Parts: sequence; structure tokens; C-alpha cells
Amino acid sequence: MQTFLEFEKPIAELEGKIEELRHLTGDANINIADEVGKLQAKVDRLLRLTYAKLTPAQKVQVARHPGRPHATDYIDALIEEFTPLAGDRLFGEDRAIIGGIGRLQGRAVVVIGQEKGNDTESRVLHNFGMAKPEGYRKAQRLMALADRFHLPVISLVDTTGAYPGIGAEERGQAEAIARSIEVCLKIKVPVVATVIGEGGSGGAIAIAAADRVMMLEHAIYSVISPEGCASILWRNAANAPDAAAALRLTAQDLKDLQIIDRIVTEPIGGAHRNPAETIAALGVAIEAALREFDGVEPGTLRSRRREKFLEMGHKGLS
Amino acid sequence: MNWLTNFVRPKIRALVSRREVPDNLWMKCPSCEAMIFHRDLEESLHVCPHCGFHMRLDPMRRMKMLFDDGEFQTIELPKPAPDPLRFRDQKRYSDRLREAQAKTQAFDAIRVAHGRMNGMPVVVAAFDFAFMGGSMGVAVGEGILAAARLAVLQEAPLVVIPASGGARMQEGILALMQMPRTVIAVDLVKEAGLPYIVVLTDPTTGGVTASFAMLGDIHIAEQGAQIGFAGARVIEDTIRETLPEGFQRSEYLLEHGMVDMVVHRHELRLILIRVLGLLCRPAPAAAVVPLTPVTIGPPADPTEPQAAVEIPETSDHDTQQPAESANAPQPPGHQPAVESPAGQPPVA
Repeated sequence: MQTFLEFEKPIAELEGKIEELRHLTGDANINIADEVGKLQAKVDRLLRLTYAKLTPAQKVQVARHPGRPHATDYIDALIEEFTPLAGDRLFGEDRAIIGGIGRLQGRAVVVIGQEKGNDTESRVLHNFGMAKPEGYRKAQRLMALADRFHLPVISLVDTTGAYPGIGAEERGQAEAIARSIEVCLKIKVPVVATVIGEGGSGGAIAIAAADRVMMLEHAIYSVISPEGCASILWRNAANAPDAAAALRLTAQDLKDLQIIDRIVTEPIGGAHRNPAETIAALGVAIEAALREFDGVEPGTLRSRRREKFLEMGHKGLS
Repeated sequence: MNWLTNFVRPKIRALVSRREVPDNLWMKCPSCEAMIFHRDLEESLHVCPHCGFHMRLDPMRRMKMLFDDGEFQTIELPKPAPDPLRFRDQKRYSDRLREAQAKTQAFDAIRVAHGRMNGMPVVVAAFDFAFMGGSMGVAVGEGILAAARLAVLQEAPLVVIPASGGARMQEGILALMQMPRTVIAVDLVKEAGLPYIVVLTDPTTGGVTASFAMLGDIHIAEQGAQIGFAGARVIEDTIRETLPEGFQRSEYLLEHGMVDMVVHRHELRLILIRVLGLLCRPAPAAAVVPLTPVTIGPPADPTEPQAAVEIPETSDHDTQQPAESANAPQPPGHQPAVESPAGQPPVA
């Protein structure tokens, strides 16, 4: 069962018609095939047009689309010999951040990803992708492991934000995020981060202070959710579309601001229409990014990463 | 009309009104509601003489209370282009900025100064909550970086005093990027072998807590301050239960291992002097003077105004090296030794 977003209604109607025609058996078979072909062409054109000019608010919906491939899907498809690793060795295992070691096209890597889950059960298991301090401390542990064994780090960002809860605060959510950023910036192996869906504030930057930061075409990355921003500045969450526009949270905006390095193109109609193609494209992009760092001195790598962040806000602003 | 109301009027107001001086000579304590005479409030460093409630303190007063004889030098901070996103909600961000600048007479929500504390050179960066809730955007990030670089240059410890609601959302992703940038600032200081002390004051939340504010060598919290990551309302909305008593207060954080100590504002200078002395002067510079312990926590009787105004200048006998000895021989590493290579640890 496909989920259609509000603005995809005309597309959904057309596709519904196609389905109907296909179920019409019997008379005038030839005409139906013809009609289906025409409708399909219409759908394709409409998709292309719609997705070519999504508003920021629509991008927010696409980035959160339940059918969008999640971290687990990328790992399953791209990482061979994937060996999940668990726990922060301090308190617990937080499944909002999954991670482990494996190979990307033969190259041993450490993978860290935020997982939102695909159905009610898995969403609860992964706490909707909202990590607690344990999750960020596990990420730190995995990054330290990568550093020790000279393995590059691949990070997949997809979170609404860090979990706001009593236990999370008591166990030092802020400290866990701060320390995670520090480890990202300190390790001497390449870190390639990609925002695959939602890059929600501190919860995202905790694993995205990377040498290369990429975003999928319809992903978003922001200091606060549009809803949160609207309820504070407009005093009304209904103004979320206005906030989404004002925050400049689309991949295209962030590329213009020189916050991210690269946009990875999604299939027409968004990643949820063709997960396999999206995953393959990202695999190629990550591998290309890693190849750039081959032979770079570990010390140089780290100081360049620092420089990159120190320059932000100086460059790219008109 | 906009230009008149938003630009001209605040400027005229700033000129005409005596700023920071209460129109009313009496102020009501937000906690116990007792009336406090403005002079008493100043003398008690904005701590209620009746109930000990710590009110928010602007950066200049803070610097004055921390440095020897209240003397310090603020440094000029980088002025990045304002309003990088041309952000507009119900109001233009550029207008909000201008208002905040007129109100606080500062470029942004942070001030950086250097001076001496018990003779030791120290760099202090203090937030101004009155400037858009002390929120962190590019200018604040630049301020922290400038403070860190100054500390490294002077081989001086860095003390940062946040009072902030978190990242400034009107600067969008650029505000978020100040988290890694300020973390780099902290690491510059640490790599130079210098102490980095955080004094957490009311409130310290959001992206500020989740970056430089939780990475101190030592965390000192002023009593009763709200310190946390997520806002209390957000947490309540998420978990749908009421929060425990004292949640996210300094004392609660001490209980959960997030801060080293909770101090009364009147003790802050002495504690900082002691901690920095121990970290920066591992060997005695001169004759060893017997140690008289400094008490941590509120004065025995907070209702007694005498105890409340007992600020550092009058209690020099409590420390080994009184402020007057600023000109006494210091270990060479503690002079503002600009010519010596950066990165050399400040050991005697």
C-alpha cells in the first residue's frame, strides 16, 4: 500500500485510474493497454513537474515519507559482511542509532545510522529514530573504534532530533551530543555523513561534523523543526510552512550556503518511489567521497575538517 | 513607519533613557517577592538578600565581579554580516537584532574580556541573556572562537559563562553549525594545555549546553540555574507526565553527575581563583602559606545582608595570594607571553 502525500493527490488519482483499467478484464484489451500507456506518461510528466519545484514545506513531507529508505535499508543493500555492534558500555543499547562494521565495495568501514523504523513495532523498537545519551555514546565508541583501526566512518543521518525525556536529561543528553561532536572532529579517519531524510538539530550534528557532508535531494537539515519554530516565533504550529521556508532547510539552500558539499539526486518522484535506485546512487556517492581521502595524512585530514567548519559563515553568504 | 518605529525610536530611547538603571528604586524578588532596594541589589550582585534567589546578571557586571579590582579589558569581537538568511517571522530578524542592540548596547549576545584573577591572567566570555535570550548565532560562535584564540595567545585559562536558550533559530543551519565550531574552540584551548572552565548560569539549554558548555575541564553551576538540553515544555509534551521537582536545576545536575559543584554567586570568584590556581600553579611560586578552606555553597545565613555583601575584595585573607600581589613575581608562563610559542603548557 503506497502512501500519498497531500500534494501528490493528482498523481494518486491518475495512478488509481491506471489500476482500475488494469483490473478491467475482458473486452477491448488493446485499447486498455493504449490508455494505460497514455496515463502512465501523464503520471510521469506530472511527477517530474511536481518534484522539480517542491516547496520547502513539501520537502519536509517528502523527507519524512514513511516509504523512504531508512538507514537499515542502506546498510542491508550496500554493506557486505555487516556486523552490528551494540551498547555504549555505560548504560545500555539504544536502537535509535544502529551501527557496526562491514565492507563498502570491499573497503572495511564503520557505519553509524539513525533508524526511524518502518512499522509500529520497529518504530517503537528504534524509538522513532530519536536517540538517547546511550545512542550518542555508542556512536562515540564506534568512532573511536574506527580511529583505532583506521577505518573510515560512514554516517547516515535521519532523525527528528535527540529524544526529549527525563531519563535522557538525567543521563546527560547535552553532554553526550557535545562529546559526540567532539569525537567526530577529533578522529583521524575520514568521516562521510549523509542526511538521508531528516537532519534534526543537535541530534543530527552529533554524528554529522564530517569531512564530507552530503544530502539526498529531498532531505532536510535544520536547527529546529518547522513546527517547533512556528510555535515559538509565530506562536502557532500551523505556520510551519512559513517556518520551513524561512529556515532554509532544503538541500539546495544548504548547498548554496556551503554547509553541505554535495546533493545526491533522487529518482523522479522521490526516494520512496524507487528505493533501490536511491540506495545505489548513495553508495556510489559515498564510495567516491571516500576515494578522495585515500592517501591523505591523518593529521591533515583532521585539520582540514576543522578548517572547513571554521570557515562556515564566512563563505557562501552574500 | 517601520524605519521610524524600529530604528529611530530605539536609538532616541537609548540616548534619552538611563539604561540598566531601574526606573523604580525598589525591585521585587521574582522568587520571594520581597522588595529590594536597588543599591542593595547591586551590592549583593543581584542575589536576593532575603531568599538567596540568583537573578540573571548582565555580562559587564559579571566581569566586574570576577576580575581583580573589577578591572578588565573587553576585546573587539568579529562582526559577521547580520541576518544571513534574511529571516522573517512575524517580525524581521534584522529588526529584532537592532532592538536587542539598542537595548543592550552590544553587538550580540556575548562579551569577551581579559584581565587578572588573583594576579593570574584569565580570559572570560560571558553571555547576555537580555540579547535575544542569549541565543547562539554566528556572532556568538565567533565570540567563543575569539575568546579561545585569545586564551591560547595569552596562555591564559578560559572561563565561559553561558546564559542562553540555545541556538538562534533565525540563523537557521548557520546557528546549528556553531555547535561544532565552538567545540573546535574548546579543543584549541585544551590542546594548548590550558584549563577550560564553564560556569553554568540560568538558563543554559539547547544547542549551547549540547556543545561547548558541557565540555569543560570543570563545570561550576550557579545555584538554582536551569540547565538542560530539551525545554521542560517539550519534554512534558513528549512524555505526557509532569516533571519531577527541581528537574534540570543545578542541584539536580550535581545529583546526576553533570556538574562538579553548585556555588553561590558570592563564592564564585574565590572558587575560580582556587581552581585555576591549583590547575595552573602546581608548584608553589613562593613561600607556602597554610591553606584556609573556602566554603562552597551559600553563606550560612542568607538573610544576613552582611554575609551577602562579603565579596572577594574583602576576603582576600582566604586565599594564598591576595589580589594586591598582582605585581609580585609570577611563574613566567603566566605573563601574557605573546612571544612564546603557542601550545606550550603554562607550567612554572
